Amino acid sequence: MKRSLLFIPGNRPNMIQNGLVLPADALIFDLEDSVLEEEKDAARTLVASALSSLDFGSKALVVRMNDMSSPHALKDIQAVVQAGCESILLPKTEHAHDISELDRWLDTVEQEAGIPTGSTSLILLIETALGVEKAYELAKASKRVKALALGAEDLAANLGCERTGEGTEILYSRTRLVIAARAAGVEVFDTPFTDAYDEGGCFLDTVFAKKLGFDGKLCISPHHLAPIHKAFTPSQEALENALEVQQAMQEAQREGRGAVALRGRMIDMPVLKQAKRVIQWAKASGMLKGEVDDESGQ
Amino acid sequence: MKLLNHAKAGTLESGDVFITVTPGEELLIRLDSPVKQQFGDAIMDLVRKVLEEQEVTSGTIELSDQGALDCTIRARLMTALERASKGDVS
Repeated sequence: MKRSLLFIPGNRPNMIQNGLVLPADALIFDLEDSVLEEEKDAARTLVASALSSLDFGSKALVVRMNDMSSPHALKDIQAVVQAGCESILLPKTEHAHDISELDRWLDTVEQEAGIPTGSTSLILLIETALGVEKAYELAKASKRVKALALGAEDLAANLGCERTGEGTEILYSRTRLVIAARAAGVEVFDTPFTDAYDEGGCFLDTVFAKKLGFDGKLCISPHHLAPIHKAFTPSQEALENALEVQQAMQEAQREGRGAVALRGRMIDMPVLKQAKRVIQWAKASGMLKGEVDDESGQ
Repeated sequence: MKLLNHAKAGTLESGDVFITVTPGEELLIRLDSPVKQQFGDAIMDLVRKVLEEQEVTSGTIELSDQGALDCTIRARLMTALERASKGDVS
């Protein structure tokens, strides 16, 4: 479960080092926007060296490559996949043929590195109007695609709209991405909150994103990790209700029923699905500490 | 790998290492580091290992270490060598 995906500038060794101890669910080593053109080679080599020699524990390791029209794109893939990158974040995704080409590159690089073909997954960063319009098609373009993510700053520039604190201008894009991701059967991550020191604002923004259906949030500052995780932590009441739902459904299923009444409320598979999501968040936030398994709820 | 030009990589920021590479007749390695007393030998061993891997047998390698991890030293040296071998004066 990736509630928080923290960007780490790829040419900053001290920040890469900080990634060892920061409590993000995923680290995104950035080779794109945070790296000067003349330092692309240095960042690529540094990230590859860090990935192949440092132990980042259970954090998911993602690399944001340069976009497919860049002369750096293939070199990025060749360097980081062999070094142990689990997922590639593809920026400015707009065309299915780019994903197909990247798929082929990955096949070749994985074969050369002796890595099982298909093991490197893709997260598509949607940050243009065309990308939003084609989100479902893009998500279905390769089996490697495991998630969509929204990049609202570039999107706002592309749309010519003003970014605001309340985010009304990106509401359509957010909901469109959630629907496209769910239709394609992949995860979906919300755009970063951009005021590094406004932790309260980040919390409220994440609560809203969670209500819309996002699975997690991109993150540009370590200050945002706590508010993001807090937003994805269910209340004790919500957790107890979810466990109760799960138990009631298990009993119903043992008795051959697909639905059951719980304190006057009809419980069925969609309610169970939501309950399981709450239980997963509780696990990720440490509320359950692994003593409850997903199936039994015990 | 043949060094064709002077090249550099890295920065003087904490946790980084600034490396310059200059073509020359003999191999010279100069290290400046706040942890030279404790880790100087280990850093020099790492530098020699990378140079050997890249078949660099001559030139002057100067390192200004700011407490970099091994993976950073390796990466910066690789970048400097590659830049020098391409004649990329940076």
